[in-house]
Amino acid sequence: MRPAGRDAEGRVPATPSIEELRTIAREIRRLVLTSVHHAGAGHLGGPLSAADMLAALYFHFLRLDPARPDWPDRDHFILSKGHSAIGLYATLALRGYVPVDELRTFDAIGSRLQGHPDMTATPGVDMSTGSLGQGLSPGVGMAIGAKLKGASFRTWVMLGDGEMQEGQVWEALEVAARYRLDNLIAVIDHNRLPQYTWPDFGQRGREFPVQNLAGKCAAFGWRVLACDGHDMDAIVRTFDGATRPDGRPTAVIAHTVKGKGVSFMEGAFAWHAKPLDDEALTRALEEIDAQTGLSAPPAGASR
Amino acid sequence: MTVPTMIAQREVFGRTLVELADADPRLLVLDGDLANSTKADIFAEAHPDRFLAMGIAEQNMAGVAAGLATLGFVPWISTFAAFAVKRDLDQVRVVIAQPSLNVKIAGAYSGLLTGFTGKTHQSVEDIAVMRAMPNMVVLAPADGPETHAAMVAAHAHGGPVYLRLARDPSPRIFDDGLAFVIGRGIVLREGRDIAIISTGVHTARAAEACDLLAADGLRPYHLHLPTIKPLDEDAVVRAAERTGAVLVTEEHTVIGGLGGAVAEALGQRRPTLLRLHGIRDVFGESGPNDAILAKYGLTPRHIAEEARLLLGQPRP
Ligand SMILES: Cc1ncc(C[n+]2csc(CCOP(=O)(O)OP(=O)(O)O)c2C)c(N)n1
Repeated sequence: MRPAGRDAEGRVPATPSIEELRTIAREIRRLVLTSVHHAGAGHLGGPLSAADMLAALYFHFLRLDPARPDWPDRDHFILSKGHSAIGLYATLALRGYVPVDELRTFDAIGSRLQGHPDMTATPGVDMSTGSLGQGLSPGVGMAIGAKLKGASFRTWVMLGDGEMQEGQVWEALEVAARYRLDNLIAVIDHNRLPQYTWPDFGQRGREFPVQNLAGKCAAFGWRVLACDGHDMDAIVRTFDGATRPDGRPTAVIAHTVKGKGVSFMEGAFAWHAKPLDDEALTRALEEIDAQTGLSAPPAGASR
Repeated sequence: MTVPTMIAQREVFGRTLVELADADPRLLVLDGDLANSTKADIFAEAHPDRFLAMGIAEQNMAGVAAGLATLGFVPWISTFAAFAVKRDLDQVRVVIAQPSLNVKIAGAYSGLLTGFTGKTHQSVEDIAVMRAMPNMVVLAPADGPETHAAMVAAHAHGGPVYLRLARDPSPRIFDDGLAFVIGRGIVLREGRDIAIISTGVHTARAAEACDLLAADGLRPYHLHLPTIKPLDEDAVVRAAERTGAVLVTEEHTVIGGLGGAVAEALGQRRPTLLRLHGIRDVFGESGPNDAILAKYGLTPRHIAEEARLLLGQPRP
């Protein structure tokens, strides 16, 4: 059986339909759950919140060739929220970079699939991440480098809204705007929950690591787009807009739900990272499999 | 006695960047808003299109360099050593050292002589920090010609390099065109009574100390180690075997720097009477160079005195 989304030649896939992308996202979620269950450790909330966007990126937007992970003209992708590594690995496996079976080695000693993305270990990983707030800067370097080389590839960076608290991100936003990096796209997974969150400061509540992300990114000179990060139609439309350059770097603020797809994980910071026992895995997979693919917009998402 | 020619490493740094870039289109320079101090401005004028201003944002600068390196560029990060090493330490660790990317980190204004700027701008622990970092090569050339040669070698090396440079003119020790081999020490003086081991521009002070000792009828051996990592352990062991007493002296804290590296090597390969001389686990302060060197005990006279103290110790 060839992995979903790949054409018979196994190279650049026929562009899948929206419905196929939804199926791929569901498959990513399944693999995240089964891999974390098998490893006995790992992050769940972040990978589940990013799954739909990873599906759209790797099966629709990124120009790449799994047979040549180092192809210089490939679109580059950096998972700045590196703790969501298993989401990326599941996607890379479905896309043909590593065997799907290899996901069972996630976090095992000697594995190519390290706890956080390691560009020296995994084919298809363009930058090592895991210390939050660091991924956008190498993305800026890749985007500057593409311009210096006259290369046409784009660089995509996925960030968590929690890691937007790191000062380095704002350094990178500033420099990216100054260099007019219209070949750089930051996707912000705005699930409003980091790991432990803030104490309840009343008005601000426990969540929302950084207030007014859209306004702040715009003030730093970025074009800002927003979408529901679980609505595949909206993701494809918005990412498509992001690839039409207007002289500025683009931030896509994707409104998401942490733990999306598994009711008892959704919006629950306790499921940020937690081993998954047999019973919880069974319940979670039942829920994923029951989904029709038509995902509801997250509660409170501004459209 | 002839007066030595004085050369500032930073001038050589700027000129050598231009020379390297002329020969290699992969070279880029990233500057943390200090080009007119570090002399990266010489490069900025020669190659404006390959000079990337990164502003006062060192963490981002390190990350941008990493991204560029993945595309096959050879980025040179240029800022003060104090900031190049510590302000972006986690970035250097995660996106440069861990993936072993081909990024050169040039730390200008290392040590205590930073031009009246005091402890915030001095760098007394950079060798210790960078030496502890897997995959990182650590270089500290002694003078202008060796800075040029070290930069050529650093550029040719395929992985991350930290280059420790000084601000002010220091005495020429080497001739132009010397060969620089990463990981190889240089014996500057043969002798049997005591070995003095030094690095960086401080080597010139150690050489003067050797003259003082020789004037007293002693025969010091002087080993200069412009590569702190990978350490030339064989050269260190040889120095110990020749003399039976080793004094390490450096413009760096006595903890974890060249002295630490030599102690690790000798402790394991050839336990030897050893004395570590340098900045004594304190931060510095601002002041004229002479006054700083005198107060922190780093003049040739201080080094010679340390040597005599060591020689006065009973040998095991
Ligand atoms: C510099 C740094 N500090 C802390 C952590 C530990 N950590 C891992 S994930 C996480 C929360 C991340 O939240 P967010 O960026 O919003 O990601 P998501 O909600 O999508 O998982 C924290 C604090 C880290 N990996 N790096």
